[in-house]
Amino acid sequence: MLNLIIEASQYLMILLFGVYTFQCFESQIHGLRKETRTHIYNRQRIVMYLIHMIASNLIYIVTDDTRMVVLYIAQFVLISVIQCFYLFFYTKASALLTNNMCMLLVIGFITITRISPEKAIKQTIITAIAACLAFIVPLCIRNVGFVRKLYPAFAVIGLGCLLAVAIAGAISYGAKLSISIGGVSFQPAEFVKISFIFFVAGMLYQNNGFLRVCIATIIAAAHVLVLVFSKDLGAALIFFVVYLVMLFVATKNVIYLFAGTGAGVVASVIAYRLFSHVRVRVLAWSSPLEVIEKEGYQIGQSLFAIGTGGWLGLGLYKGEPEKIPVVVQDFIFSAIAEEFGGIFAICLILVCLSCLLLFLNIAKQIKDRFHKLVALGLGTLYGFQVFLTLGGVTNFIPSTGVTLPLVSYGGSSILSSIIIFAIIQGLYIIKQDEGSSDDRKRVEKREKEKVTSK
Amino acid sequence: MTENELKKEKKKKSLLSNWEFAVVKYVFIALFIALIIHFADFMINDSADFINNDYNSREELFAERVTRGKIQSADGMVLATTVTNEEGEEERYYPYNNLFAHVVGYSTNGKYGIEKLENYNLLKSHVSIDEKVETELGSEKYVGDNVITTLNYELQQTAYDALSFYEGAIVVMEPSTGKILAMVSKPDFNPNDVEADWEYLISEENTSTVLLNRAMQGLYPPGSTFKIVTTLAYLRENGDPGAYTFQCNGKFTTEDAVIHCYQNKKHGTVNLEESFAESCNSSFANIGLSLDVNSYQKVCDGLLFNQELPTKLSYSKSRFSLTEESTDSDILQSAIGQGTTLVTPFHMALLTSAVANDGILMTPYFIDHIESHTGEIVKQYQPATYQRLMTKEEATLLQKYMRAVVEYGTGTKLKSKSYEAYGKTGSAEFSSLAEHCHSWFVGYAHQDEKQDIAVAILVEEAGSGSSVAVPMAKKIFDTYFAE
Repeated sequence: MLNLIIEASQYLMILLFGVYTFQCFESQIHGLRKETRTHIYNRQRIVMYLIHMIASNLIYIVTDDTRMVVLYIAQFVLISVIQCFYLFFYTKASALLTNNMCMLLVIGFITITRISPEKAIKQTIITAIAACLAFIVPLCIRNVGFVRKLYPAFAVIGLGCLLAVAIAGAISYGAKLSISIGGVSFQPAEFVKISFIFFVAGMLYQNNGFLRVCIATIIAAAHVLVLVFSKDLGAALIFFVVYLVMLFVATKNVIYLFAGTGAGVVASVIAYRLFSHVRVRVLAWSSPLEVIEKEGYQIGQSLFAIGTGGWLGLGLYKGEPEKIPVVVQDFIFSAIAEEFGGIFAICLILVCLSCLLLFLNIAKQIKDRFHKLVALGLGTLYGFQVFLTLGGVTNFIPSTGVTLPLVSYGGSSILSSIIIFAIIQGLYIIKQDEGSSDDRKRVEKREKEKVTSK
Repeated sequence: MTENELKKEKKKKSLLSNWEFAVVKYVFIALFIALIIHFADFMINDSADFINNDYNSREELFAERVTRGKIQSADGMVLATTVTNEEGEEERYYPYNNLFAHVVGYSTNGKYGIEKLENYNLLKSHVSIDEKVETELGSEKYVGDNVITTLNYELQQTAYDALSFYEGAIVVMEPSTGKILAMVSKPDFNPNDVEADWEYLISEENTSTVLLNRAMQGLYPPGSTFKIVTTLAYLRENGDPGAYTFQCNGKFTTEDAVIHCYQNKKHGTVNLEESFAESCNSSFANIGLSLDVNSYQKVCDGLLFNQELPTKLSYSKSRFSLTEESTDSDILQSAIGQGTTLVTPFHMALLTSAVANDGILMTPYFIDHIESHTGEIVKQYQPATYQRLMTKEEATLLQKYMRAVVEYGTGTKLKSKSYEAYGKTGSAEFSSLAEHCHSWFVGYAHQDEKQDIAVAILVEEAGSGSSVAVPMAKKIFDTYFAE
């Protein structure tokens, strides 16, 4: 009987998430009426709450653990508070972005709860704290204009944090990632990513003459080199790509893009020669089954999980996601694909793509150049990180060990992701303000025409 | 300018001024689409390899919910099934004991053979929704799908009996489709006892290597059956076979090596066909020495020596190696299938099938279809061309020579009124003692009413090919065409 319930819930969740994903793109069609959009967003919220409820219900039935009920209620309240805050306080924020953020958080909650309830409790608490902190972010973005002048400070603080990790950091999986202050361990690189983007935007938004580009490039290279020194090559790659794309957009100079890409290729070859763990990753990527016992063990387990899950998934608690090393962090996508199925997983990729497009659209639409560059940098950061982690766990590219923003377990990752989304929301609000002063007259005119034509 | 045109102009301008954002956006969209395509491609094409991997413990999860399906022969015999014993536990049962031991394999103590190959399908259950609900409510297990092989019970039994007490291997396949009809390896074991006898089977004191599937994993010197390859190399290098003659006086000598014909027989003046039919070692040593070693090596590589074979069951790669540094002795030995050249019976069956099928090798396969326990077809496998190993003209010529073997050469015992047999015998020496040799026969038989059938027979330490392996081939051909 239990199997029937699990299977029925399974299909229902795939269907619901499919509907949700479709609506992500449906809501972006040009020329939709505002009411229609609002309807779509409301339906998305219902779908999201349903998925959360169905999955949590299953988790409770299978584990028979009352803690799960408490956890579900806590998560439900948290999501609702976030929703309400944006709905009533930041009315000009992007509702789709809020929905996507909540949806991704919910999927993360469900998956982590299923794998490790203890970690899920931690994750829920951290998310609550992060959400509270992030509530003020849009307000700050809107009202603190002098941020753009502070770019030297961003460079100094960012580099300082990274250096601290490189010198005093704790080693995990061959790389120095985290530093511990007062018993709380966190990964500064997750936050330096943001300060780095503000630095580059501040540096290049007004003046992008050759000298200025040179200085920016040297400081960016310093960030990347310190990360390489800490052997955090995934982050180094992300910083590199983010800088390259921001530089290209700031200067509109394709030569920088090609030169940078060329330098990146050379650097990759050097890294391959220099670091044994790069060679291991490449080996595991090229022939995972031949080195399954050692080098390919992790990616092998990931592909076993995805493959065995099939298109429809094994069903919650029917797979063995815990067999994949560091599953809740870097390999959470494999766990989702295993138990929720390939269709659900593809929908997840599309929801991430939907977020990315929202990031890039605001970069294009907003008028202020500083804001443009910040949005573009954050978009590149988000998009490239998602691509690295999903490409890595599906063996499309060698795995780099980065997390899936908002879904993966991990305090620093979740906090920085939520802040990034909040910054983008702040920019949406600014853009709405720009738009409303500009378009107010036109809108009013159109409204009048409508009334008269009726 | 109207307002509309103004708007358009403005839009165009903004598009132009924002082109760099469009570049970033479309590059990302392309990356994500590529990622999704890769993911879907993995799910559709590659995931089976991963699911079936020994390191994937998830299949055990299926076993908890699904009763492992049956493995059946093409003619409906049950080769492996799951029964419940007195204690209520499920057990795998093999009704024909040793008969299909290596090819069907076992699923206790690791997995082997078709049990391994089809593990995933045997643990899948395609049942109707009503049955699903019924099963769940009754808290019983699902009935797994059945795997219907291409194996023919009667041919397997004939081949098994023909090999009798000898050690060796027989592979029978259908050249036009690639279906494996029978595969025997001896010494063998009883898969029903594998679990009980496991400790002994894998212990060091057990030197019988019964678990080894000699048909696919046993490497043997090919002996004179390799003359098929040498002949092909000669044809590729010289084109016209008509010009060739050789004066055989029972041995072939160079400065540092000598090759004898079987029992030092003097064949007199022979052309290429006679050299082949009578298996004249001296003549082939002469041919081998005349060949360019690099192109010789290329011909062999093209015939899948030192290459991967198109099958997912465990096999060994055949070996052939000649270089510029090889001595005359090496070349002479290689030309007649001795020396360092080693083949599996399975590989020889593929080569023979390609000759019979006018040069085209069909991908060999063991599974005809998968069906649910109620008989509904879940998946049907189709014959597929693997690759062309030789031109039609080359194949026709080899067919002619292989026919000559039966008409007046070393395989005259295969003359029959009901079918036309073709083949090549071999007596492969594996030690310096001349009487110690493996008996080989590779060949096929044709009759207008039925599909051709190809065999590769290897009998260890049994004597000459014509005396031991050829009669076995006759039994198999007789059985097949008598049906």
